Amino acid sequence: MSPVSSVVASFGGRESLMAHKWGLAVDLDRCTGCGACVTACHAENNIPTVGPEQAGRGRAMHWLRVERYWEGDFPDVQLKFRPVMCQQCDAAPCEPVCPTYASHHTDEGLNAQVYNRCIGTRYCANACPYNVRFFDFFNPQWPKPLHLQLNPDVSVRGIGVMEKCTFCVQRIQAAQIDAKAGKRELADGEVKPACVQGCSARALVFGDLNDPESEVARLARLPRGERLLEDLGTLPNVTYLSRQTGG
Amino acid sequence: MSEASARKLSDDLLRPLLQTSWRFYVLVAFLGAIVLMGLGTWAYQMYNGFGITGINHPIFWAFYITNFVFWIGISHAGTLISAILRLVNAGWRRPVTRCAEVITAFALMIGALFPIIHLGRPWLFFWLMPYPSSRQIWPNFRSPLVWDFFAITTYLTGSVLFLVLPMIPDFALVRDRTTGLRHRIYGVLALGWQGTPKQWHRLESAMQIMAIAIIPVAVSVHTIVSFDFSMAPVPMWHSTMFGPYFVAGAIFSGIAGLIIAMAALRKFLHLEAYLHPVHFQNLGKLLLLMSLLWAYFVFAERLTIWYGNEPSEIAVMYVTQKGSFAPLYWTMVVCNFVIPFTILSLRKLRTIPGCVIASFGVLIGMWLERFLIVVPSLGHKYLPYSWGVYRPRPVEIIITISTFAAMTLLYVLFSKFVPIISIWEMKAGDHPSPALSAAASHEHALGETHA
Repeated sequence: MSPVSSVVASFGGRESLMAHKWGLAVDLDRCTGCGACVTACHAENNIPTVGPEQAGRGRAMHWLRVERYWEGDFPDVQLKFRPVMCQQCDAAPCEPVCPTYASHHTDEGLNAQVYNRCIGTRYCANACPYNVRFFDFFNPQWPKPLHLQLNPDVSVRGIGVMEKCTFCVQRIQAAQIDAKAGKRELADGEVKPACVQGCSARALVFGDLNDPESEVARLARLPRGERLLEDLGTLPNVTYLSRQTGG
Repeated sequence: MSEASARKLSDDLLRPLLQTSWRFYVLVAFLGAIVLMGLGTWAYQMYNGFGITGINHPIFWAFYITNFVFWIGISHAGTLISAILRLVNAGWRRPVTRCAEVITAFALMIGALFPIIHLGRPWLFFWLMPYPSSRQIWPNFRSPLVWDFFAITTYLTGSVLFLVLPMIPDFALVRDRTTGLRHRIYGVLALGWQGTPKQWHRLESAMQIMAIAIIPVAVSVHTIVSFDFSMAPVPMWHSTMFGPYFVAGAIFSGIAGLIIAMAALRKFLHLEAYLHPVHFQNLGKLLLLMSLLWAYFVFAERLTIWYGNEPSEIAVMYVTQKGSFAPLYWTMVVCNFVIPFTILSLRKLRTIPGCVIASFGVLIGMWLERFLIVVPSLGHKYLPYSWGVYRPRPVEIIITISTFAAMTLLYVLFSKFVPIISIWEMKAGDHPSPALSAAASHEHALGETHA
């Protein structure tokens, strides 16, 4: 944790008492920029495709996007990828600005969005430094045959509300219910959001940051671990493992 | 004031209420058509979806929020200026106060509509209000939008009271001058006013209380509007100076709106004998002062950001000053500073047409200022990958234009049903209240002593 983050965290500090604190680690050395996570996210979370015309007007919705940056001058150009999803910040700027509590913090450290409570001020999207919140400009439509693949576990959002990455909260809850029914503790790696499952390069690792033994907690502690725009004091729960090689 | 001149005053100022020319109906029909078009466009937007506007990812606020800040800013013309002028007992305020206070009430009503127009689901706007519901859910009191709700409703209530209180004696005057249905309506509005010393005393006390109470409310309203921006960690929004900067800008645009309204009233209602060049000169000086203050704020803001050299803020600053927003930015500087400063600092140019030209410049400039606060920052947040551009679509432009028509329409209708210049205040000294009888002479009331 950077000095800025530890100062900010010292004002809060409820997180360590939570039963779980969900986090994600992204190994930028492993990411190939293939976009499978984006596709998996769309399929899992019933994210509508808006069509070429709307996408051209800046209405494309990807809860998870792969940012592509070119560095250096030709011919010594390097291509760098960074998958960016909701960082599920502990001190999330999107939460206090919402007038109706549609954007709020769960007791497992997630930034939840209550679609039914949202009236569409879009203030949360402005406050979010990562631009990972999306607005439903129209009612969603799926070109055939995509309408046959909707996920019954995820509510479809109607017009005029904000939506965003949930860390696949439906999968987290399903796994928790499953563990409770089997009268056992949730094991590390049991919850896999769609992006983690879809990543063939295994660049994404999901788990409980409050469990010091978990894979994601171990990766988050690595010296390579950095958080996006950390100096804004948002305390993100996504850790990026920075690149070690030039290529 | 003699009996004859008092009667002439009443005759002059009541003429618009009692005589109506065909031009009034044409104007109302024309403005009404534009307002209806705006309402229709809003309905069209709700029916087809918010996507028919130009708003996109990541520029989620644009024209509507610009209009919201602009109209709330215009509302600072009236009540604040009139309250200050009342408190310092400036004699020349008498013909100005009411036409200023009306601007406040109507501009607030129009401005308060925009946060609703801009909602994704406007039919649920009442979720901003704290009301007892079966689900026991309250609004989030940490949200500046909820503060907005309280600030604007408080200001609207206060400024309507401030407007209506001094209208009571004038309603009584109209009641006594009319017959039939009009007599009955104005009789109800006059609330049984008889002009007894006790009633005058109560009116005076109430006005004094309201004038003092409304000033902090007005300042707080635009401060809270500025908090909508400065509370969010967005480059060039997250600023400690936004509160006073917005309040100064609001008063600035408000005075400009007032000058234009007064010039129109003077011309179309033939009030040359009441709204004198000296009124425009005085307000012009005030406008000049606010122009300098505005320029100072912009200078202080831009210099510190340039000097601090923080990358995300520098990106926003350069895109406004040198990038794609530069034409709008420099138009704003010319309209808000160069034109008003040149015209208003030279006595020869500080005439009624000069003040009106400067005021139109300020209105354009202040609208652009709000646009340039809202849009470039949202389009240039921290991660360059998700930078964006914004272009308005017809719906937003039509709704914006129709609000200017709505303001004019409300103003025209108001001046048809209420004496736009406070008759009893012009006659001040005629009634037995010691507080007011000590005030200005007839010449002073008209501003002659300043000429």
